[in-house]
Amino acid sequence: MVIGLSTRFEPKIVGFLCRWCAYTGADLAGTSRIKYPPNVTPIRVNCSGRVDPTFVLKALASGADGVLIAGCHPGDCHYTSGNVKTIRRFKLLQRMLNQFGVEKERVRLEWVSASEGERYARIVESMTKEIRSLGPLEWKTKVEA
Amino acid sequence: MVEKIGVYICHCGTNIARTVDCKAVAGYALGLPNVVVARDYLYTCSDPGQEMIKNDIRESGLTRVVVASCSPLMHETTFRRAVADAGLNPFLFQMANIREQCSWISENRELATTRAKAIVGAAVMRVEFNEPLEVQKVPMNPNVLIVGGGIAGIEAALQIADSGKRVYLVEKEPTIGGYMARFDKTFPTLDCAACILTPKMVSVGQHPNIELLSYSDVTDFSGYVGNFTARIRRRPRYVDEEKCTGCGQCEQKCPLSVLSEFDCGLGKRKAIYRPFPQAVPSTPVIDREHCLFFTKGVCRVCEKFCPRGAINFEQKERFIDVQVGSAIIATGFDLFDASRVKEYGYGKFPNVITSLEFERLTHASGPTVGKIVLKNGRTPESVAVVHCVGSRDNNYNEYCSRVCCMYSLKIAHLVREKTDAKVYEFYIDMRAAGKGYEEFYKRLLREDVTFSRGRVAEITDVAQNSSENGKLIVVAEDTLLSIVKRIPVDMVILSVGLEARRDALQVAHIFRISRSKDGFFLEKHPKLAPVSTAGDGIFIAGSCQGPKDIPDSVAQGAAAAANVLSLIDRKEVELEPTIALIDEDSCSGCKICIGLCPYNAISFDEPSGHAVITGALCKGCGVCVAACPSGAIEQQNFTNRQLTAEVEAICA
Amino acid sequence: MNKAYDRSARLVSRLLNIDLAELDDWNCCGASAYISIHELKAHLLSARNLSIAEKKKKDLVVVCPACFTTLSKTNHYLAEDRKFRRTISTALKSANLEYWGGVKVRHLLDVIVKDIGENEVKSRVKRKLSGLRVAPYYGCQLTRPFGEVDDTQFPMMLDTLLSWIGAQPVSFPLKAKCCGGLLMMTSEEVALGLNKNLLDCAAQNGAECIATICPLCHMNIETYQGDVNKRFGTNFHIPALYFTQLMGLAFGFSRKELGIDEEMVSSRVALEKYLEAAS
Repeated sequence: MVIGLSTRFEPKIVGFLCRWCAYTGADLAGTSRIKYPPNVTPIRVNCSGRVDPTFVLKALASGADGVLIAGCHPGDCHYTSGNVKTIRRFKLLQRMLNQFGVEKERVRLEWVSASEGERYARIVESMTKEIRSLGPLEWKTKVEA
Repeated sequence: MVEKIGVYICHCGTNIARTVDCKAVAGYALGLPNVVVARDYLYTCSDPGQEMIKNDIRESGLTRVVVASCSPLMHETTFRRAVADAGLNPFLFQMANIREQCSWISENRELATTRAKAIVGAAVMRVEFNEPLEVQKVPMNPNVLIVGGGIAGIEAALQIADSGKRVYLVEKEPTIGGYMARFDKTFPTLDCAACILTPKMVSVGQHPNIELLSYSDVTDFSGYVGNFTARIRRRPRYVDEEKCTGCGQCEQKCPLSVLSEFDCGLGKRKAIYRPFPQAVPSTPVIDREHCLFFTKGVCRVCEKFCPRGAINFEQKERFIDVQVGSAIIATGFDLFDASRVKEYGYGKFPNVITSLEFERLTHASGPTVGKIVLKNGRTPESVAVVHCVGSRDNNYNEYCSRVCCMYSLKIAHLVREKTDAKVYEFYIDMRAAGKGYEEFYKRLLREDVTFSRGRVAEITDVAQNSSENGKLIVVAEDTLLSIVKRIPVDMVILSVGLEARRDALQVAHIFRISRSKDGFFLEKHPKLAPVSTAGDGIFIAGSCQGPKDIPDSVAQGAAAAANVLSLIDRKEVELEPTIALIDEDSCSGCKICIGLCPYNAISFDEPSGHAVITGALCKGCGVCVAACPSGAIEQQNFTNRQLTAEVEAICA
Repeated sequence: MNKAYDRSARLVSRLLNIDLAELDDWNCCGASAYISIHELKAHLLSARNLSIAEKKKKDLVVVCPACFTTLSKTNHYLAEDRKFRRTISTALKSANLEYWGGVKVRHLLDVIVKDIGENEVKSRVKRKLSGLRVAPYYGCQLTRPFGEVDDTQFPMMLDTLLSWIGAQPVSFPLKAKCCGGLLMMTSEEVALGLNKNLLDCAAQNGAECIATICPLCHMNIETYQGDVNKRFGTNFHIPALYFTQLMGLAFGFSRKELGIDEEMVSSRVALEKYLEAAS
């Protein structure tokens, strides 16, 4: 959480970005100096298919308010079909999170190509705004209890 | 053993320091577990910066290094090399991106600094679990695949072949030469396109090191840099390339004429044909869709008259596999479809033509033998050239197609040279940036061409007065004179823009390269790596990367060739060791991972009862790692421990 | 004369089983005038109509292309622009209204040609308008900017419909060009010139009358035809009739019912052959 002058709740969002598309796209947003809320801290993986659903749960249980998984558009995956596996896992993950009472806006799967810097910025912006209005997740008290 | 971590926070001049309090981040880093050195520095990637890191490794006995600066896509290799230089395994280094994804996206110093701390913290916690790894070295196959036989592909092929390496040049059309073969003259020198192109085409056709696979396309491309396999489909010409001498008898005798694609449908060709006289290879091809034998089972005149018995109606499509170490994609462009702009009446008014159609008219071996004529055969008395059709237009393509202003000037020149027609150029801006281009524009100003600044609103045939009767009226605002003009002309030439090829998506999928927003192939870095792609060993050249003229296409072809030759010269390429490994003891033999691998790198070993990964096939996507319910698979340098350490650090 | 549009449209629709229910408490959409002055407020006016229509769970049918364009634009922009959507929602909320983007906006011509179709229309024709040469005039707003209803420059829907009722649509290259609209009030010179072009084109192609689908186009063409003649020394006498009036005529309704003879440029001569039977 942010300590300091601003008392506004700043969501902490963990991002898993695939190095071929999403991470490059996110870099492009920076190179283009597009300004967007810095609430997503990126973790680089080779493919969105590397993202184990338990990472997502770990993040939420460790204090994250949201998780963003970003990969190549379906059909464009550098490893041909890695992102297809991500879709499948994500659907099941969503069901599980729903059962835990975790709002679906908190965990998102998005496709960002290497040239979509602007798109990445808008996704982070909208996700931050949505989670901000939902408030902190507080897994320990809200979910585990 | 307790690790000793060195953390370096880069200012990157003011790029990072302007928004991130680097000193504070360094101070924060020093407080993290096992961090023994934490410094902030102005330009860490510089020589003294790297020296500083190396010194610390040697003197403080650092076992792990973290540099927080720009994107790993920028300098990860630089720092890994520096670290290796000082005797530390390069994979014990971790990079934290506090520029592209932190300082550059925020104006809020407080938030950006906090975020930078989180990013650095994540890298520090992760690097603890980094293991020393050895890069895989694989031999570099010196063969090269070049896709596309236009001027860029031809240039690349010749450069590489001349250096003694083997080139497979695959071209979709029956002949190489691309669009350039269809042009009459080229700007600004007014060189005859065929004259400068055909010698190169002949060189390609005769080069001992170039295997020209025309009328073919790549259907599959697998492997990794140094070791690719390309599956090429060879379409049947129904003419035996070995036997054919290119005498042209078959073409002469063929009774069926159809519209010629090469001539944009303005002229005719036979059902057995060569697209143009100087085609390479000079072997004709039978158009199966129209040929009387294929459609009706009759004729076979070509077969009768061929002195070498080269006609073979039994030819079948076949596939060949070639092994190459690298590939250059030079598939070129397509022209914007002018019929999309309804206001210009292309397709409705017979005398509204595109620039390429004009090229065919003015070409000496075109359908009108070089005469610029209207559809009724008469010479036009007035011609309008309309710039920016489909370009610089939010309704179609936002970008500028770069070559149209220059070719429009060339068109104006050719009209003035060959006819007495008045020429009106309707432009928005005059883009004449290359060598000799501005001078060419000045020359046209003196050739009695009327330039009117303002995008053309409409081309209509509804006359408002007698001088407009029977003409095409170009309606455009002249912004310099602040009036709306109606100019009646006989012929309108639309300067259509360049677009990515209609099949660019398929090609991108086959080679697993990305495309930019406008559909052209994406380069690795627009300034510093314009011919490389994100995939090692795969390069792009020419207008498939973006609209460009002939000099730039040739330059890119040569650049791609240089990149390829540099790879080949290294004899070995290094592969990132981010492959997956199975811990046999933990593997329960559930087989979930086997079907998931996109490369079929995992197989099941019956006797031992566990899954086995073939290291050479593994590309390191990590899909199997995420799927294994026993956690038996780990991905080198992206282990679960490393990733969860990052997650925990961020969430703390 | 615009009452004639209303009357003929309702008659024709009822015959074709198009159930038209007048929108509750509808408000003026501001047409092309207001949207040029205050875009946001104009969209809000449209959004209000759309939200009322949505509550009724019906498509919104209009007979005026200006209404059509304004309402369509509102629909489009609400779908594309999140910020805009929020602003409009907030404003609507203050009137206890909401709009979720579910209403399709259609012009009556589009409904008749695409939904009712050839067979149904032809089956209702009691008296083919054979030989009547009609210039089909769409005006500029039906097909632009979105081009979703018909071709942006050379639409064919009205031509097709006219052929279904037996009339002979003539070639009319200026069919989708502007009549000047409200410029007739503010820049008469310009608007008269535009109208002259239209009348000229219609006359040159042998049109006996001009079929309109827009009340403002209709008004410009007929009301100012005299002024055009005076200004340009021409001698046009081309009546403008609404497409629904022509349809009604073909379907067997009387002149009185359809408001024919109320127009400012008399259609008597053009419709001579059909008028006896149509009394």
